[in-house]
Order: sequence, then C-alpha cells, then structure tokens
Amino acid sequence: MSRLVLLLGISLAVLAPTAAAEGGASLTEIEKQVMCPVCGTLLQLAESPQAQRERAFINRLIDEGRSEEEVKDALVAEYGNEVLALPPDSGFSLSAYVVPIVAFLIAAAALAIGVLRWRRGGSGGTGAPPSAGPSGEDAERLDADLARYDL
Amino acid sequence: MVERELPKLEVAGSTPVVRFSVSARSLIAVFAVLAVVGLLVFGLASKGGSRLEVGEAAPTEPLPQLEGRGSESLTDYKGEWVLVNFWASWCLPCRAEAPALEAFQQQQGKSRFTVVGIDTQDLSDDAKAFVERYGLSYPQLRDGNGDIADEYGTTGVPENFLIDPAGKVRLVAPGPVDDEYLQKEVAPLLPGGAS
Repeated sequence: MSRLVLLLGISLAVLAPTAAAEGGASLTEIEKQVMCPVCGTLLQLAESPQAQRERAFINRLIDEGRSEEEVKDALVAEYGNEVLALPPDSGFSLSAYVVPIVAFLIAAAALAIGVLRWRRGGSGGTGAPPSAGPSGEDAERLDADLARYDL
Repeated sequence: MVERELPKLEVAGSTPVVRFSVSARSLIAVFAVLAVVGLLVFGLASKGGSRLEVGEAAPTEPLPQLEGRGSESLTDYKGEWVLVNFWASWCLPCRAEAPALEAFQQQQGKSRFTVVGIDTQDLSDDAKAFVERYGLSYPQLRDGNGDIADEYGTTGVPENFLIDPAGKVRLVAPGPVDDEYLQKEVAPLLPGGAS
C-alpha cells in the first residue's frame, strides 16, 4: 500500500508541471521570454512602471485564453520585435543564429587545418632535413674566413 | 634560418614601384578583423546617437497614427511650427505636462503651429485612454518600438523638440515642460510672438 502511495506521489510530481504547461500560457513563463523595452532587461527582472503595464497586458490576454505564442505576437504588435528576448528565426534576425554557427565552423576548420599542418611539420614530413654541415659554396667561404682570421 | 617575404622594389623608368606580395592567409585575416570591427561599429551605431541639437534637421520618417489607420510624418507639417512631444502613458511627468500642452495648443490656434504627440514604448490601449483622459486634441502618433525616439536621441520621456517651418530643430527641452516654459521659450519664436 505504501508503495502504491509513493508511486502515485511521484507520478503526480512528474505530471503536474506538464499539465500546467498544457493548461495555457503563464505570466511566469512569458516573463522569461520577453523584454521590458524601456529597461532593456528581461521582463522577469524589471520593476519599472512600463514593466508593470506590460505584465497587466499579458495577464489580460492570458485571462482571455490566448496561447503563449498569441501573447508574444500581441507584444510584438505593440513594441516591435525588440520585445522578444530571442530574435525571430526569419528574415535578417535569422543571422543572429546563423552567424555564430558559421563562425564556429570556420574557427573549427581553421584549428583542424592548423593542427594537421603542425603535426606534419613535427614529424618531419614537410620540414627541411637537419643539415650535416655547410657544403659547397658555404663550406668554401667558411674555410676562407677561418684562414683569414687564423682560427 | 627563417626566410621572410619582403616588399620587392622595382624601378620602372624613373618611378619606383613597391609591389607587396600578399598571401591568401593574410587576406583572410584582414577580412576577419574588418568583419569584427564592422560588427562593433554596427552595434554601437544601432544603440542610437546623441540627442538632436538646435539647427539639425528633424527626422521625417512616417509613423502610424495612434487612432486611425493612416500614418503621418513631419513633412506633412512643412511650413508650420511643430512642437514634437515624446510621451508615454506610464510616465508620471507626462501626466502633469499633457494639460499644459493642450492649453498651449488651444491658445495658439491651429494656424502655422501644432503640437504633435509621439507615444513611445507604450501600449496603444493605454495611450488611447491617456489621450481621452486629458482631452488631447492635437495629433498623436505611435512609436511602439522607440526607433524614432532613438533617432531624436531621447533618453526618456517626456522630451520636447520645437521644429521650425524648414524642418530644423529650434528648441530642445529634455524633461517635462510647463505653461511658464511654453510662454517664455516657445511662444516668442512662433508667428506673432514677442521676439
């Protein structure tokens, strides 16, 4: 019996947040995803008069039964895309997601090429072989210098 | 011994020519540095500039009307004096300022002068309620994302800019204006004023 109660408790604990999320939009969740445009911070952290009005607006839309996306769309209609904490994944704003990925890939490729070249150079594959000593013209010049200075 | 590429000097006739050999790697590095500098400049520029000063041309981008579906810009008021008033319904000083602006507009009449309210970073329903509450009769435009406020270089609300008939800024009032300011500073500049 006690096992059954424990299982029921765990099930409720796991399912409760999911049920709440499916129940509709919540101010707490939306506050984490939108900005207070005047403060320049997440709405979650803002306490300015404008932030209070924004919260009231969100609550009113939630009471009307609007979904999270609908609430965010309504905020964008009022304040523009700047109200979203994360920029939309379309148009020019898409570059906010694409540029870091491309930059990372380029940096990774450059690093890989650099490491490969370094390893080849280290194993003597492409580097010049160590010289056994001067030869030819250099050896003659060295001999001449040694003779001149009587070393 | 490390061999370095040095600039090669060629003499063509009497004119010395310096030719630099640039490797592809150097070009990529230069472009990467330029790209980073460009991004930094873009970031700084998009943060908005300094406040418009007297003598500068006022921005003329159209803005949607607060009530109605049309849009207006300062070019619609070419040849008139315009007092551009940035405000928001959540701004407490704006509440004290609005009746003074309305009274001044009534006093001046609508010939060759108008106050143009620009409601910025505000909810449109709140703004409409504000206009109704204070009985504001002068035109009201919307700047929901604050882009035009940034172009004027405002740092908050309210701020006021008097624009002359040629579209140039003649007065800048950061902060709220009252009847005394309007009578002493603005009225003398208007047609039929004391100056």
